[in-house]
Amino acid sequence: MTEGSTIADLGRLAASGRVPPPEVMARRARRWGWWFFVEAWLLGAKAWAVSILLYMVVTPLLYLTALGLGLGTLVDRGAGSVDGVPYLVFVGPALLVSTVVMSVGGELTYPVMAGFKWQRLYYGPHATPATPEQIAVGQLLGVMIRFVVQAGIFWLLLVLFDAAPSGWSWLSVPVAVLTAAAFGAPLQAFAASLEDEGYQFAFVQRFIIMPMFLFAGTFFPLSVMPVTLQWIGWVSPVWHGTQLARQATYGAAEPLWLTAVHVVVLAAMALGGILVGRRIYARRLGS
Amino acid sequence: MPVIVARDLTKVYGDNRAVDGIDFEIARGESFGLLGPNGAGKSTTMRMIGGTLQRTGGSMLVAGLDPAERGPEVRAHLGVVPQQDNLDEELSVRDNLIMYGRYFGLPYSYLRAKADELLEFAQLTDRGKAKVGSLSGGMKRRLTIARSLVNEPKVLLLDEPTTGLDPQARHVLWDRLFRLKEVGVTLVVTTHFMDEAEQLCDRLVVIDRGRIMAEGTPRQLIRQHSTREVLELRFGADRNAAVVAQVEDIGSRIEVLPDRVLIYTDDGEGALEAVTTRGLSPVTSLVRRSSLEDVFLRLTGRSLID
Repeated sequence: MTEGSTIADLGRLAASGRVPPPEVMARRARRWGWWFFVEAWLLGAKAWAVSILLYMVVTPLLYLTALGLGLGTLVDRGAGSVDGVPYLVFVGPALLVSTVVMSVGGELTYPVMAGFKWQRLYYGPHATPATPEQIAVGQLLGVMIRFVVQAGIFWLLLVLFDAAPSGWSWLSVPVAVLTAAAFGAPLQAFAASLEDEGYQFAFVQRFIIMPMFLFAGTFFPLSVMPVTLQWIGWVSPVWHGTQLARQATYGAAEPLWLTAVHVVVLAAMALGGILVGRRIYARRLGS
Repeated sequence: MPVIVARDLTKVYGDNRAVDGIDFEIARGESFGLLGPNGAGKSTTMRMIGGTLQRTGGSMLVAGLDPAERGPEVRAHLGVVPQQDNLDEELSVRDNLIMYGRYFGLPYSYLRAKADELLEFAQLTDRGKAKVGSLSGGMKRRLTIARSLVNEPKVLLLDEPTTGLDPQARHVLWDRLFRLKEVGVTLVVTTHFMDEAEQLCDRLVVIDRGRIMAEGTPRQLIRQHSTREVLELRFGADRNAAVVAQVEDIGSRIEVLPDRVLIYTDDGEGALEAVTTRGLSPVTSLVRRSSLEDVFLRLTGRSLID
């Protein structure tokens, strides 16, 4: 209040009568607290919208040009086709899934550390009716909304590059987001459990994300690899997501039971990560 | 009926009894202080009030609700100003207020108007569009207090509200808080500054090592645990201890600190005269009224600020 303001003004500031009773506020927060975190996350992301969008367009263009058209020409000339389709069609959905998963490595590591430690951003909402569990879910969902856009743009470019012949190819977008959640939710839980400065994230980048990118059936069918290395694919969400995305974009043939395994593995990893993450958030914020 | 009641409140971390069985009641509209040094258990107590920290034992009721079981309901009643700012530096000043209000389920139509009022209260109207990162420490603190008012709480929890601010910024902040108290907001303040406790609190508990050492109004505490005046003498670091024997009988009590000697008496000038008639010449001397600092020293044998 400025100097001339009166006690009456301040009285209205402290109790205007426009605020619902506390039990109503608490009820709304119990139901929607996770979404309020997403709203704040989206507003924060707006500041970076232009650079993120640029990244989302340029990355697929680079990958599709270099690997699909460049390397693909060579592969097609030598092998004729891979999995019965041109190399660009084979590698396209895998790149879609892989690049989204690589972005997870940036979105659910350092920002989680900022929430608990560097900027203590989680402690703001923690003092409101919102709960730590809702904060954990909100953080994950905000990032997943970003990935819907990122995967959507990639899919459009696949279509433009003539690399997604199937009418169901749009299903690769939800597949990519599910894969991101399958890797992201456990990673978020791990990040939330770290007390120090997060040097482990570089380790995750080099020894988990990169091998998944290179050895999980992205650039060549997993069956080409020696059996002793194929397990990298089996345990990797990227392989399960990539195989599903290939079915969507060009109708890659796989037995039904294997398709079911892909979905179950991805859903279980995402769900398990969320459940563990919620507990870690609750324990850490409440201690 | 009191708005906050704590009984035998306890928090144990391993072997450390951070809060060791404390009792207090806070009445509606009262300004209540927890005064004690760093690590006394003040912040721990504050967090148990809001239910963001689970207590180990005892009971706690806020507006008749147990924060351990009804956390969201309790926190809907409260405004919280944490010890460390946790504003969202990526958002603008105004958006920080609006997004915080969303966590209370408040609609944008209300929040947009409320944010402008709160910016005015915090004297930040012209900074509304600025990023939080560009604000000074005092401005961030005022914004944090404005943010805590977005749900129009009846009770405001302020954890070390002015720590780290310069004297002028502290006075601006005290003025804002005093006005809130005048319109009936209950203030619960932790501080390790005795002047802050004297300025803001109707009633306070002195807390040390997780226990309550004394309780009362600032005046009562000073009257009960100290004399009216204090004579502060400095003889130089190496001589302070040596002269104690010569001045011990002046005044009702004596405290020897590393840098000065304190003589507790109801007549400070008279005590100073007695010191000089004994041929002692302190480097500096000061007669002042007793403060809560003296109360704390008396009760614990230590200073508030290490």
